[in-house]
Amino acid sequence: MSAYQSWGRFPRVEQDARPLSWRHQPLPLAGLEGPVLAYGQGRSYGDACLNQGGTLLTTRRLDHFITFDPQEGLLRAEAGATLAEVLTFCLPRGFFLPVTPGTRYVTLGGAVANDVHGKNHHRQGTFGRHVTRLELLRSDGSRTICSPQENRELFAATIGGLGLTGLITWIELRLLPVVNPGLAVENIRFGGLPEFFALSEESDAGYDYTVAWVDCLAKGADRGRGIFMRANHLDTPPGKAPKPPRRGLVIPCQLPGWLLNPWSLKAFNALYYHWPRREVVGQVLDPLGFFYPLDALDNWNLIYGPQGLVQFQCVLPMVDAATVLGEMLTLTARSGMASFLAVLKVFGDLPSPGLLSFPRPGATLALDFPIRGRQTWDLMAELTRLARQAGGSMYPAKDACLRPDDFAAFYPHHRELDNWRDPRFSSSFWRRVTGQEGQ
Amino acid sequence: MQKILILGATSAIAQATARLYAVEGAAFCLVGRGAERLEIVAQDLIARGAAEAFCLEADLGDCEGHQELIQQGDTQLGGLDLALIAHGTLGDQTAGQADFAIALNELQTNFLSPVSLLTHLANLLEPRGRGALVAISSVAGDRGRQSNYIYGAAKGGLSIFLQGLRNRLAPAGVRVLTVKPGFVDTPMTAAFAKGPLWVGPEVIAACIHHGLAKGREVVYAPWFWRYIMLIIRAIPERLFKRLKL
Repeated sequence: MSAYQSWGRFPRVEQDARPLSWRHQPLPLAGLEGPVLAYGQGRSYGDACLNQGGTLLTTRRLDHFITFDPQEGLLRAEAGATLAEVLTFCLPRGFFLPVTPGTRYVTLGGAVANDVHGKNHHRQGTFGRHVTRLELLRSDGSRTICSPQENRELFAATIGGLGLTGLITWIELRLLPVVNPGLAVENIRFGGLPEFFALSEESDAGYDYTVAWVDCLAKGADRGRGIFMRANHLDTPPGKAPKPPRRGLVIPCQLPGWLLNPWSLKAFNALYYHWPRREVVGQVLDPLGFFYPLDALDNWNLIYGPQGLVQFQCVLPMVDAATVLGEMLTLTARSGMASFLAVLKVFGDLPSPGLLSFPRPGATLALDFPIRGRQTWDLMAELTRLARQAGGSMYPAKDACLRPDDFAAFYPHHRELDNWRDPRFSSSFWRRVTGQEGQ
Repeated sequence: MQKILILGATSAIAQATARLYAVEGAAFCLVGRGAERLEIVAQDLIARGAAEAFCLEADLGDCEGHQELIQQGDTQLGGLDLALIAHGTLGDQTAGQADFAIALNELQTNFLSPVSLLTHLANLLEPRGRGALVAISSVAGDRGRQSNYIYGAAKGGLSIFLQGLRNRLAPAGVRVLTVKPGFVDTPMTAAFAKGPLWVGPEVIAACIHHGLAKGREVVYAPWFWRYIMLIIRAIPERLFKRLKL
């Protein structure tokens, strides 16, 4: 049994692991029969970072910085370096990540391979848009520099390419210059989805960061209520140097599944909803609390009990987003299964650079569920059906359930990625969604 | 600006430690095997803020060249402030039991080589009356156990040597820090199954950085190993010899 799991701790797979330590060395493929896959921090939720019957090439030690150009804000670093490490480095130098997901414990390689997005998607697009170059080491021993100018197609296949085009050895990223990484934050309570969409539309022009938490247990008149958060970096220089980020508290052991029950969740959600006054405006001097609330609990995935958790994240075209989201929230509330991590955001229209990038114009909803057998899978299937019917898509980095026909509908270009895929690289996810399981 | 000589600069613990000083703008002379690896480490430290990073390629198992190596490193740095000895191997205990040549090799790398380096470093720093020497020993050197007593003997010997050296250099004002890591998740231990006591090399690095800043003599890394080893050392030999540790 491999110690390497995904963040959702589902599925459990049998796989070997070989550590990578030096970027100049060839891939350690000697004596390996099965497929290989780079594994960074294991923060994908499903099986995109797993390789049943194959080998993981772990990149934890492939974390060297290579060059930093303070004029251009260009950082070149090995793919195993984490966003947390980049932040520790760039915050005191007046830079921030141009795009960041909800955790800083992902690697640069993982951020590229999943073309991650953040609360500023409407302004900055996906992470891949800020990658100026990268190097790809393929199983034939070749090393290829890819960028929006050179080897463009391989670059596009690698951004959001789920690590299938070979090993990303390093990437070059353009950091965001900020006068002050601290934020001016507003939290606004809203009563339903129409109000959310109005707030979102009104805020996108004036705020760098917008996101909403929804109470996914609220039914009837309360359906779709939540808290809208919008923020800008402060424009006055910080009084003192920002503190270096700290590691969060650790949950010492796996918690029992019954902790997350309809009553505890309802209580949490009601409290969270009513906490802010009508409109709270405040300055957040430590940006990490705003971007990474969950990183404050080092291994929060253990809260979900022994079976683990699944995530559902879809994007829906704006035309009937409100209606479909309403149906999804009704389904979720009725199931009584959802937890507190329900996130809603409207994506902007900046094109994603990857062949298989998930973000596209529309509204995105992310929900997570503890795995409770049949009940969970039925709900996931129902939500997936709604997303497909609406002409939406779903996020591979979060997925553990999609069937090949759903995947083909969501990603009609996926055969093209198969052409760019390194023949020795594959993942449990890829074999599942392309119907090659067991091969 | 701190001027730091690192022996075994490509080891995971050495790299993690060097990064903490690079941020402070230190200058480095990096000694180890593999020109490409050294270059990768040097680039990394420069990018993170190091003032300079020179590389010296050398096989540290070969004690013949040590004096010259120390001289060279010291000259390049313009007088070193701190030397970190971080090279080591974790040999196969069973192979070493069966074949003394393998055991000798283990003792050579983990005991004789650091002792030779420390001797030259001590003789260099003692007349100057300043500087600090840091060597990575191990909790394995605190008590002999059947599962790794060859490695343990080398590290135990090194700990005793450092203790004596500290005693000798104290009047001159040269500091000696013994670092005793527990289980560390590095390429050296890639083959082991990891339990809750395992930590990354970053944790050891933070202990070294903190220990030096606080003027400590012996640092267990992380701290709880001091108490684990206190208990392990307290078990009577009559009982200990029957345990499977």
